[in-house]
Amino acid sequence: MPYRTHLLVCAGTGCVSCGAFPLKEALVTEIARRGLGNEVLVVATGCNGFCERGPIVMVHPEGIFYQRLKVEDVPFLVEEHLIKGRPVQKFMYVPPAEEKPVPKMADIEFFKHQRLIVLRNRGRIDPERVEEYIAYDGYDGMAKALTGMTAEGILAEVAASGLRGRGGAGFLTGKKWELCRREAATPKYLICNGDEGDPGAFMDRSFLEADPHAVLEGMVIGAKAIGAAKGFIYIRDEYPLAVKRMGIAIEQARELGLLGTDILGTGFDFDLEIVRGAGAFVSGEETALIASIEGQRAFPRQRPPYPAQHGLWGKPTVINNVETWANIPSIIRRGAAWFAGLGTETSKGTKIFSLVGKINNTGLVEVPMGIRLRDIIYGIGGGIPGGREFKAIQIGGPSGGCIPKEHLDLPVDYESLTQAGAMMGSGGMIVMDEDTCMVDIALYFLRFTQEESCGKCAPCRIGTRQMAEILARISGGEGSDEDLEKLERLARVVKQGSLCGLGQTAPNPVLSTLRYFRDEYRAHITDRSCPALVCKNLITFFIEPEKCIGCLLCLKNCPVAAIAGERKKVHVIDQAACIKCGACFNVCPAKVRAVSKYTGEKGRTLAGRVPGGVET
Amino acid sequence: MIQKRATAGLGPKGSFQACVALRSDSSRKMARNEEPEMSPELSLVQLIVTKHHRQKRSLIQILQDIQGRCQWISPETLDEVARELDIPPAHVYSVATFYKSFSLSPRGRHICTVCMGTACHVRGGAAVLEHFERTLGIKAGETSPDKEYTLERVNCLGACALAPLAVVDGRYYVQMNEIKANQVLETVKASKKSQQGEP
Repeated sequence: MPYRTHLLVCAGTGCVSCGAFPLKEALVTEIARRGLGNEVLVVATGCNGFCERGPIVMVHPEGIFYQRLKVEDVPFLVEEHLIKGRPVQKFMYVPPAEEKPVPKMADIEFFKHQRLIVLRNRGRIDPERVEEYIAYDGYDGMAKALTGMTAEGILAEVAASGLRGRGGAGFLTGKKWELCRREAATPKYLICNGDEGDPGAFMDRSFLEADPHAVLEGMVIGAKAIGAAKGFIYIRDEYPLAVKRMGIAIEQARELGLLGTDILGTGFDFDLEIVRGAGAFVSGEETALIASIEGQRAFPRQRPPYPAQHGLWGKPTVINNVETWANIPSIIRRGAAWFAGLGTETSKGTKIFSLVGKINNTGLVEVPMGIRLRDIIYGIGGGIPGGREFKAIQIGGPSGGCIPKEHLDLPVDYESLTQAGAMMGSGGMIVMDEDTCMVDIALYFLRFTQEESCGKCAPCRIGTRQMAEILARISGGEGSDEDLEKLERLARVVKQGSLCGLGQTAPNPVLSTLRYFRDEYRAHITDRSCPALVCKNLITFFIEPEKCIGCLLCLKNCPVAAIAGERKKVHVIDQAACIKCGACFNVCPAKVRAVSKYTGEKGRTLAGRVPGGVET
Repeated sequence: MIQKRATAGLGPKGSFQACVALRSDSSRKMARNEEPEMSPELSLVQLIVTKHHRQKRSLIQILQDIQGRCQWISPETLDEVARELDIPPAHVYSVATFYKSFSLSPRGRHICTVCMGTACHVRGGAAVLEHFERTLGIKAGETSPDKEYTLERVNCLGACALAPLAVVDGRYYVQMNEIKANQVLETVKASKKSQQGEP
């Protein structure tokens, strides 16, 4: 029996963390209690991408978008919306700096400007039910490829679409497939790279949770084109929900004859296996990932030969990113010309980005290639919270770079980003405001790459360590002018001398911040000040006597008991004992704001230190 | 073998006890589902190796399964895996030390993981980690002497929109700060007390 209303409860990792499952239970119970069990169906869907607003519930077919729902809100919501037919304003999304709620999902700025191709099924299907995927044209592309197309035909279509790898480097997918197909050796293998190691990026996680069948379908199509009989889906161990949903998808596809032997009765065989990663960033590099599947340490190796010629167990192997595979079904179903009509001259189609950091609307967005950064940040993202100023956007994770506000009109495509010193990477976009220190960010990434460097080649192993040490020195206020030159020289050596992509791109965060924010580095070196008030050695926390109301809040929350004072009397920080954790700064009530941060000369004076940073 | 490790290991409530308890359970399960001829006398390692068809290439998955059951992998276990798969212990050791998922020392009963991804970093993740370190009295990567808590850092959990993030005993806590961290740890302690109160 058809239901009059569907409640689509988002069940991605973000919403689940905020209590989506108890919410779903409560909805089901309340709907049954009010006798609506035959009219209203509650469905758990994949990630909507607007994770910050979780748990999210979408009311279908009206398209009403409810956010940040709690279990105790359920009876009221069911009573008002489902029984009386009055959508509940107080659970709706209110754009930043506005008062009127936006009832419909389609009208919310965050969703309005997106172009969903890969993520077309997000939030509308239950990822654990293959029937729902099929209902929205799922496996249509595969049926077309297996029954009506030759391998050459599929290859030509993918090549004509202009699709480029979504994992970072942007190699033409059609070309990669062609290379592998031409190899005589058999068997051939396919790999889906879901080892999304970039900190701050969660496209693959969200996608595998929301629409796992699309990856399966893409891989079966690829298998036919290349002539592979076996594939592997490599998923990070940190994504348990994605592993689970992919496992369910594979089982369901096998049961329906969409995977395994004699797919769709066409006589074509292809099967898939999930391999869980074990927590090594470098295994996202293709040759390292292959070593990991083989049960070895994830050490990259020299290329060429490329995996397309000499891959898994020495056999020709095509390895593509999750998003790349997920694009394939739509390309086959709707044609290369349609896909090539989207995007720019050299970058076709759409790209998924995870838009996070200091931005109002954080979450996962899919946009056409060529969109301006400004439109992503201020259109979809709704600008910077708290009236702060935009400072930079970090694109491409540890391999990418920071792009400053002068380049906000930059179109997002592979070439423009690389030219600006960043990189498409897998698509992490971290927005930074004036409270973010660029030296600290560069240090953060270099520490990351240094820790994740596998140690096989010296430029990466030693170079990243040296760079991190220099950055730590600068951040600590002990840098010298030569340090900047040294950093640049080292960066060149590491870039040119490293074996794999990890080392070759590791200096990018340093080079891009040096290029756009050199003054900030200089401030750390010459003035021994941190303009963003982040680097601990260079800042002083101070309680303004004229503002302090003596509420004891900071005193109670200080982990090292460095604050003295009594109720209704001005509190004072013992600067010698202060560990600069910022707890006092964070707990001081917003309307009081008595705790300030100072840097440079003023900070040192307040801290009772003589210029130069030596304690008196 | 397991018996020996259990006594040499963590004491009455240690993880290996849990392993032993799980052993009979897993043998039943696997005996039912996959390997009907298997004897319940096999050790945990043997069971897991058999489940993976004794394939050398499954080494990482085998270690993951062991870690999943026992929370850590002891040197004896590594040796046993090497023997069962007929590969050099050095190779098993190299793989086990390379990947971050594997813990080669016992872990605490409560695992606290703080995300150090970029989004968490710009929103104050480092302060959250430091707060955990101070409160628990251990550094990231360490286990408290009473084997109650293990504090770990992870590079990214992929829930960046809700940064900063922490996971305590498998539960995700979003938009963390010092005050929330205290509440979470209080809850953990309270649940421990109520468990101990049970007969």
